Amino acid sequence: MNAAFRYAFQICIYVGFALLLGYFSQAPTYRPIPEGAAQVKLSFAHGGKPIGGCRDRTEAELQALAANMRKPQLCSRERVAVTIVFELDGVTVFEDALAPSGLRGDGPSQMYQKFTVPAGSHEVTLRLRNTTRTEGWDYQAHRVVELDAGQILAIDFDPSAGGFIISSPGSEG
Amino acid sequence: MWLEGWFDQAFGARWNPMYYLGGLGFFYFWIVAVSGLYVYAFFDTGLTEAYTSVEEMTHSQWYLGGVMRSLHRYASDALVIMMALHMTREFAFDHYRGPRFFSWITGVPMVWLVIAAGVTGYWLVWDTLAQYVAIVSAEWLDWLPIFGEPIARNFMKQGSLDDRFFTLLIFLHIAVPLILLLVMWIHLQRVAYARWKPARGLAVGTLAMLIALSFIAPAVSHAPADLDRVPQQLNLDWYYLFAYPLIENWGAGTVWMIAFAITFVLMLLPWLPPRRKLPAAVVDLANCNGCTRCSEDCPFGAIAMMPRTDGLPFDRQAVVDENVCVSCGICVGACPTAMPFRRRSELIPGIDLPGLTAAELRDKIHAASTKMTGTARVLMIGCEHGIKSKKLASENRIGVDLPCAGMLPPSYIDYILSKGLADGVAVVGCRGGECQYRLGPEWSEDRFEGRRDPYLRDRVPRDRLLRLWMAPIEWQCAVNDLDAFQNTLTCRDAGPDQDSHPAETDGVQS
Repeated sequence: MNAAFRYAFQICIYVGFALLLGYFSQAPTYRPIPEGAAQVKLSFAHGGKPIGGCRDRTEAELQALAANMRKPQLCSRERVAVTIVFELDGVTVFEDALAPSGLRGDGPSQMYQKFTVPAGSHEVTLRLRNTTRTEGWDYQAHRVVELDAGQILAIDFDPSAGGFIISSPGSEG
Repeated sequence: MWLEGWFDQAFGARWNPMYYLGGLGFFYFWIVAVSGLYVYAFFDTGLTEAYTSVEEMTHSQWYLGGVMRSLHRYASDALVIMMALHMTREFAFDHYRGPRFFSWITGVPMVWLVIAAGVTGYWLVWDTLAQYVAIVSAEWLDWLPIFGEPIARNFMKQGSLDDRFFTLLIFLHIAVPLILLLVMWIHLQRVAYARWKPARGLAVGTLAMLIALSFIAPAVSHAPADLDRVPQQLNLDWYYLFAYPLIENWGAGTVWMIAFAITFVLMLLPWLPPRRKLPAAVVDLANCNGCTRCSEDCPFGAIAMMPRTDGLPFDRQAVVDENVCVSCGICVGACPTAMPFRRRSELIPGIDLPGLTAAELRDKIHAASTKMTGTARVLMIGCEHGIKSKKLASENRIGVDLPCAGMLPPSYIDYILSKGLADGVAVVGCRGGECQYRLGPEWSEDRFEGRRDPYLRDRVPRDRLLRLWMAPIEWQCAVNDLDAFQNTLTCRDAGPDQDSHPAETDGVQS
């Protein structure tokens, strides 16, 4: 192989390598959700009520404890599973009883789910039960939301803020 | 092999990139480190400042900051390619089993570390690509039952994050490459004379290519991150982010299973099945004078020089680590006492290979010599991993294969020619960068050329020695070269001015 051919071959190798690097470094493009779709994120970390309920400590029991340990109520550690139902346009798209976390089942129940939905108007209904009751719901929310293409509707839950927190602008149902 | 042959033609053996895949990986790592330090100087760790500082650097000083950013990106991508090629090549050439398992299994975690270092870098820009990578990474990690609250909740909506997030990211993006550097160092611990840097010409060429690419196609950001919106279209860096669409489409658990399975298989590969363990080299203290040549030539650092234990008047003695020795015999080729001329004493060198001793090698050469007939007889010294000498044999051409051509002490060539066992000697070994034991052809050439002890004596007629460093697929070329060599020998021996070999003497010239 003569020198000119060798150098030409070397340049071809370098150019080929550069093309390989440059192309796959940014192509082909990827679309995380279909065109014209929006997304709903439903997530919370919330501890259900203690499974065995609570009772008030007697005065004698309180006095037997160190001053900094005198909580007026004695509760069982294990918490109930938090039941959540998410309906979109009248159809249940998610329903689960979320077990409490932790080895002793005394941690919060947690969830994180994404749902891809068509852009447009949607009816969102949420129900949550965090007590030992078997009928009915402790928290409910209903809202009609308008979602643009690519918009994210984030739904969280915080009892101290009144229950469900729906981040996207909409109207209370 | 044919690809490496083409590269040999284009770059020459000294600059052939296929022989420096690991070294190129190291080189790209250093480019990433240097360009990263420059980029870091202009990077602000804030929720909005991260994006604006990268944009400012990319556009207002495109000629330096922008180029450094692009170099950072492209060298990182090149590192992934080199890593993949390096692993594939070491596997294809069976360089991953036996005593070489250590380099292989320390290489596997490096794959994880390189990917982790790259991914954390993409988070830092905090554009829509970073947002996507951050969220999917968090969702992937959340599948593992080791985190309290789902990490992905941190990215629920705009305003969920604060500036401390970027402080954590910068820490990760610096800490992971530092751990990677430590593992890279460990990776080379059982490799002597490691090619951890490419040949200068290759380094210049590849750096020039990266700089040119950085000017032609500079790395740019996507739109700023917006946690209230899903990124619509992303230009993924597929070298690092190839798994992200899979995580979304197959689920985090499936991708974890695949990743664990691949890692597990790669880690077990050296034992699936294990390499047949050949007996390690043994030291004969009565013949070892502690000259250190075997220790210096061992490609895997399996021979240590230790204080003398037998009372002989030498400072040190060679000690072989059986767990590291690959039984290549290169140490025997380096031993000045591996001297076939011995007549009065038994041929036992200071270090020998039980699978094929120096004495057995001499016997094999004698046996091969008697089988050759005709003129221009050529005795081939071959390599078990290269072109099999049987493939090249004829009635006046016969070979003896060694574990590595580097096992041949130069004095054997002198012995063959001066004893008239053949009219010429052909050393047929592997192509330089393809040696099973890394350094056989290099050390052999150095010994023949008088650059490395033990030297081939001056009295050996060089025109009766043919050196062929070729891949097994090039056997037909070897046949042609051998035919030409034998024709030359025929002409020489038929002419009036024939070589007269000097009288034989013991000892090697040094």
